[in-house]
Amino acid sequence: MESLYARDVYGKTLVELGRKDKTIVVLDADLSGSTRTSFFRKEFPDRFFNFGVAEQNMVAAAAGLSSCGKIVFVSTFAMFATARALDQVRNTVCLNNANVKIVATHGGLTVGEDGASHQAIEDINFLRAIPNIKIIVPADAHETKDAVIAAYKTPGPFYLRLGRSKIPTLENRKNFVLGKGYLLGGGADVAIVACGIMVQEAQEAAKILKRDGINSTIVNMHSLKPFDEELIVDVAKNCKTMIVCEEHQVTGGLYSAVCEVLAHTYPVKVERVGIEDKFGQSGSPKELMEFYGLTANFIVEKAKQLLR
Amino acid sequence: MKKKLKHLRSKSTEIRKLIIKMLTRAKSGHPGGSLSSTDIISCLYFEVMRHDPKNPKWPKRDRFHLSKGHCCPAVYAALALNGYFPEKELWTLRKLGSVLQGHPDPITPGIEVASGSLGQGLSVALGMALAAKLDKEDWRTYCLMGDGEIQEGNIWEAAMAAAHFKLDNLCGILDYNHFQIDGRVEEIMNLEPVVNKWESFGWHTIQCDGHNIEELLESFSEAKTIKQKPTIIITQTVKGKGVSFMEHVVDFHGRAPTEKEEKIALGELQDIEKNEEDIQ
Repeated sequence: MESLYARDVYGKTLVELGRKDKTIVVLDADLSGSTRTSFFRKEFPDRFFNFGVAEQNMVAAAAGLSSCGKIVFVSTFAMFATARALDQVRNTVCLNNANVKIVATHGGLTVGEDGASHQAIEDINFLRAIPNIKIIVPADAHETKDAVIAAYKTPGPFYLRLGRSKIPTLENRKNFVLGKGYLLGGGADVAIVACGIMVQEAQEAAKILKRDGINSTIVNMHSLKPFDEELIVDVAKNCKTMIVCEEHQVTGGLYSAVCEVLAHTYPVKVERVGIEDKFGQSGSPKELMEFYGLTANFIVEKAKQLLR
Repeated sequence: MKKKLKHLRSKSTEIRKLIIKMLTRAKSGHPGGSLSSTDIISCLYFEVMRHDPKNPKWPKRDRFHLSKGHCCPAVYAALALNGYFPEKELWTLRKLGSVLQGHPDPITPGIEVASGSLGQGLSVALGMALAAKLDKEDWRTYCLMGDGEIQEGNIWEAAMAAAHFKLDNLCGILDYNHFQIDGRVEEIMNLEPVVNKWESFGWHTIQCDGHNIEELLESFSEAKTIKQKPTIIITQTVKGKGVSFMEHVVDFHGRAPTEKEEKIALGELQDIEKNEEDIQ
């Protein structure tokens, strides 16, 4: 099975876009090797600016550049792009509806060994309540490319959350449409709604469930904002039960987004697989996924409990 | 030159009168810092900056960014007097649906980028200056900061970066009126030695009296000649300048005048205007 770094694909896509469009400017805060904006730096040194370890300045400066017609891609780790520079994202990027694309890498728990201070598991929560910004959590490297291009083509602020680790290419992936989720499989027993690396776990869970005679539908909700409310309601109507899976705190992310929609349109019981109000810690990505209950087996268990 | 100075002084007084009227009608806002920055803004909008009120988005315009966003009444008055929008809009300040928000917003013709959360404006301005360098354009970027504001860490990140990127097309102005909401800057969080701070960050510094039009114009001219580094003009100002009972009074940082106070203030400004005319 093909497995790629989403950030590699991000870096290459930036270079491709940069060749075609001279208005693209890229900013990084001393992490260009890790975020892969270094690919762009090598090709277009004049349009790349390293801001050093100063994310607040970088994010606000991006808004200044965009006010002069530049399309600005800003990259650092998800923790620093969102938590450290939140006021700048809110009051300078989003309030101005600035054409700034924040593409953050090292999102989620699977940053691994660096531990809690570097594991952004509240980032979606921080940003989802802010008007104007669009939020995408791609499920694999190909979806990452589509998301980067969509962000480039669509005016206004974006947040793309990429992980650190290699990510297997999704089986049976469908075309990416901004603001639209899509279904994988058509089982009516349980719907598994997921984003990012959790789509992969959901697919694993679906295979295990199928062996036990339980048919599931997986919903890839790569766009957290705008959110495909219609799809969620349709799925809730068609399936007996629903589980939401995310590599994020269970508050403020995908689970919240799903529950917000269903609570006022079609209330059903919705279970969750996510981080339950805890900080992360050091460990390998695989160990952490197990420890915090995010792997396919936990999804299977939740599904069986729901159907019991 | 004399005629120019007289013209700018009269524009300053006009701006001050409009600030008082605007804030009295709005019943809230920040007169102290608006009045301390008035002469700086008057110089920029009536002499220093290249801009076209009929074409606010003219690509070759100089950029102005008000980092101390709460002092926008002074900028709104300057924009109205330049014809960016009708003067009657000034009376809608801070009202629901107004194009003149309590803090700057790009819905206002002539306002580039929203501000208000302190400490971010110098970063925005440095982004603009970078864009001019990338496009090899000769327009300049001006950024007005407050003294209390530069206690924000983000300002010093921007100060470091602007010097690193050698942004000689960026000119900062510090409105050093020595007061912030809670009291005297020296007592709340001392900035001194403030000139050394900017110099050590790699900036060219100019010091002047922020109410002396001639000194301000000379400072802006000097800034244009400096190459390879950004310039900051550190202006000594008086909070509430031009209205006796507001000068050096911290209460007027964020309190609008009453109608009674408005009358007295406008009377004083009228006298200043009359004296100016008599001098000539």
